[in-house]
Amino acid sequence: MTAETGERAGIEAEGLVRDFKNGPRAVDGIDLRVASGEIYGFLGPNGAGKSTTVLMLTTLLPPTAGTARVAGFDIAAEGPKVRSAIGAALQEAALDPLLSGREHMRLQTALHGLARDERARRSDELLARVGLSEAAERKVGGYSGGMKRRLDLALALVHRPRILFLDEPTTGLDIQSRTALWDEVAGLAANEGVTVFLTTQYLEEADALADRVGIIDHGRIVAEGTPAELKAEIGRPTVEAVPRDPADQERVAEVLSPFGEKTGATRRTGASVRLEGGESQLADVVRALDAEAIAIEQLQLHAPSLDDVFLAKTGRSLEGAGEEEAEADSEEMEAVEA
Amino acid sequence: MTRKIAVAVAWRSIHNFLSNPAFLLPGILFPLFFFVAFAGGLSAIAGAPGFDFPNGYTAFQFVFVLLQSAAFGGVFTGFGIARDFETGFSRRYLLAASNRGGIVAGYALAALVRALITWTILTAVALVAGMDVGGSGVDLFGLYGLAVLVNLAATLWAAGVAMRVRSIQGGPLMQFPTFLVLFLAPVYVPLELLSGWIHAVASVNPVTALLEAGRGFISGEATQVALAFAVAVVLPVVFALWARGGLKRAEAAG
Amino acid sequence: MSGALRVQVGQLARRSVLRTLRQPAQIVPALVFPLFLLAVNSGGLKDATNLPGFPTDSYLTFALAVPFMQGALFSVMNTGTDLARDIETGFLNRLALTPLRGAALLSGLLAGSVVLGVVQAATYLTVGLVAGAELAAGAGGALVIVALSVTITVAFGTIGLFAALRTGSGEAVQGLFPLFFVFLFLSSMALPLELLQTDWFHAVASANPISYLLEAFRSLLIEGWDAGALALGFGIAAAILAIGMFAASTALKTRLVRT
Repeated sequence: MTAETGERAGIEAEGLVRDFKNGPRAVDGIDLRVASGEIYGFLGPNGAGKSTTVLMLTTLLPPTAGTARVAGFDIAAEGPKVRSAIGAALQEAALDPLLSGREHMRLQTALHGLARDERARRSDELLARVGLSEAAERKVGGYSGGMKRRLDLALALVHRPRILFLDEPTTGLDIQSRTALWDEVAGLAANEGVTVFLTTQYLEEADALADRVGIIDHGRIVAEGTPAELKAEIGRPTVEAVPRDPADQERVAEVLSPFGEKTGATRRTGASVRLEGGESQLADVVRALDAEAIAIEQLQLHAPSLDDVFLAKTGRSLEGAGEEEAEADSEEMEAVEA
Repeated sequence: MTRKIAVAVAWRSIHNFLSNPAFLLPGILFPLFFFVAFAGGLSAIAGAPGFDFPNGYTAFQFVFVLLQSAAFGGVFTGFGIARDFETGFSRRYLLAASNRGGIVAGYALAALVRALITWTILTAVALVAGMDVGGSGVDLFGLYGLAVLVNLAATLWAAGVAMRVRSIQGGPLMQFPTFLVLFLAPVYVPLELLSGWIHAVASVNPVTALLEAGRGFISGEATQVALAFAVAVVLPVVFALWARGGLKRAEAAG
Repeated sequence: MSGALRVQVGQLARRSVLRTLRQPAQIVPALVFPLFLLAVNSGGLKDATNLPGFPTDSYLTFALAVPFMQGALFSVMNTGTDLARDIETGFLNRLALTPLRGAALLSGLLAGSVVLGVVQAATYLTVGLVAGAELAAGAGGALVIVALSVTITVAFGTIGLFAALRTGSGEAVQGLFPLFFVFLFLSSMALPLELLQTDWFHAVASANPISYLLEAFRSLLIEGWDAGALALGFGIAAAILAIGMFAASTALKTRLVRT
């Protein structure tokens, strides 16, 4: 049996909602369209509704309201057809520590109905592709985090799906493993035309991989577009100045303040503003600092980031938003334990 | 200072099991259940030839269940210690306590409080079930005194294991030897009615002396008192050294 | 059975058996603990055979029925915790994304308990006979004992599956152990029903299906061939299996809410 493709190998969702009993509305009306062969990045902090959206689109959780079609099939009415067209590597690596890598492949290929002689071939091919041929006979309990993620990806690909769902695939991985996974995902889309729906909380991941990005917060998409489009929408770079004498920090901040809104500096002794007039104001900034005779150690111009986009849309920083959610969760846990 | 540390550690453990039924109930329900099953289900054994315990099978089994609950109360405390190590909470104690022996003393104190709650309920149920108590106040003091020492010994044993393994995976290591030692004793009938290998093993099992003395106390016919208390005192001393070794290992592991 | 379903059941059965064999921590206690209790109880309660009406003069023979029931208890735990782990790790979601059918999942999962049931039964029977227990029904009776043990082990395994699917938690499944332990004790485990003197205990034990499962084993060990006792034993085991399987299937539908 090969994956059925339906008419399109894309994703369409309209007004997708998911409520939980006695709980929050996790997804609050998601509309999205992902074209065939596109890598779509779904970016948001912890608790934004990313994973719940993925569970609905992969038919593992029925929506409370709204509709969606994946690979041309309705997720509510045509679940088995959707599942035959998709592969998914969900948030947990979902592996059995007592089985080896090859045993996992054997099980998955058999469950997807591959013919007996094809199972071994496909297993070998995918294990080699993700660099696990040598470790294939070892039990997964002894695999590193990166190896588990790679096996997870291989398992998601056994039946040659047209659409791949990856739910935070690089969380917890080291830089090397992360980069290797990015290369693999990019290759799938570029060389095999696989549509990839990728959720992440990492800005650089969305920036590096995604053709288009949807930013989700509190169950709603707050911004959508290519990374360049989204950043251009904000349009304003930030300038950061670090004085040679840390005691001059306040003076620097005073000099910069007429040029735009204050932002967080990356260096402790620096001061940073978002330039209302854009890059062209940089020369004026230099002149102003010079006029005050402040010795500057470092002057940097930062292009807008997706975090700036998130900040503009939600009033919160994405990088800090996860910590806030975690703090709120932690306070709730303490209240429960008390 | 050691006393203050012990009280603080004990307070937390007591607070935890009083506010979390899941921590307190098993320690109460299991002994009650064993009492009901043994005294209720095996009462016919009292009719076996040679069984001449004067105060009936209920009292006979009550002593075993009392000492068993004392032992397993200590083991459950060991689970709590292991959990504290696994979650990292024990580091708080190790950092804060000037005398770390007070930490173990605190756990032992909490175990004793929990045991006292269990014994109160167990005794009440046994009396309602018609248990015939032949012993005087002094005898009963002796019986519960043995139980206190057994509880202390078991807590120190379990603490030593918990501090070495520092994980709840050590649970079976705490439980199984305790179970073994308890059941290789005259559980169902007096020692003289056992025969074969079980008689041989029970004869050298220190728990046998505790059971025989306990049953003597409850029937008012004290027997093997000196041996029983010697065992009951030596066991905590030995396991205190075991626990101390465990504490040193835990300190070295950081 | 269709080809696809056969493949699914086969693959999951293979996985279940492999997992069971690769977890000595599941197998060893299930073998050692009941045999230890058998040794202790048959030594400690030997005098019970002197009670008027006791069905045999070998307490060991009488008590040999009990390990089979204790083994079934371990089956609840092992099968349940294995499935609960699959739920907790998301492995069940992985299986749900394949064309896997619910019936195949449950049947496959029970394969491990079949293997454990056979190993347990063979071990208990062999050790018991070597230690001097009698087997009135002979070699044929040994086969029936193994068959009954496997049926009971699988039946109790379905209870473990139900518990895992309902709670999704290995810890919750483990929490059932005391409950089942109690259930086992409140039966004719230590003495025959007729010799249980305490009225309420006798009433509870008489209503407890475990008493009749024990009697089925004892009929083969002590008396020989008692069709009535065997029919009751197998019937109760089959009923537990049917009810457990139904409950587990229903719980699976709720757990696997895939469309």
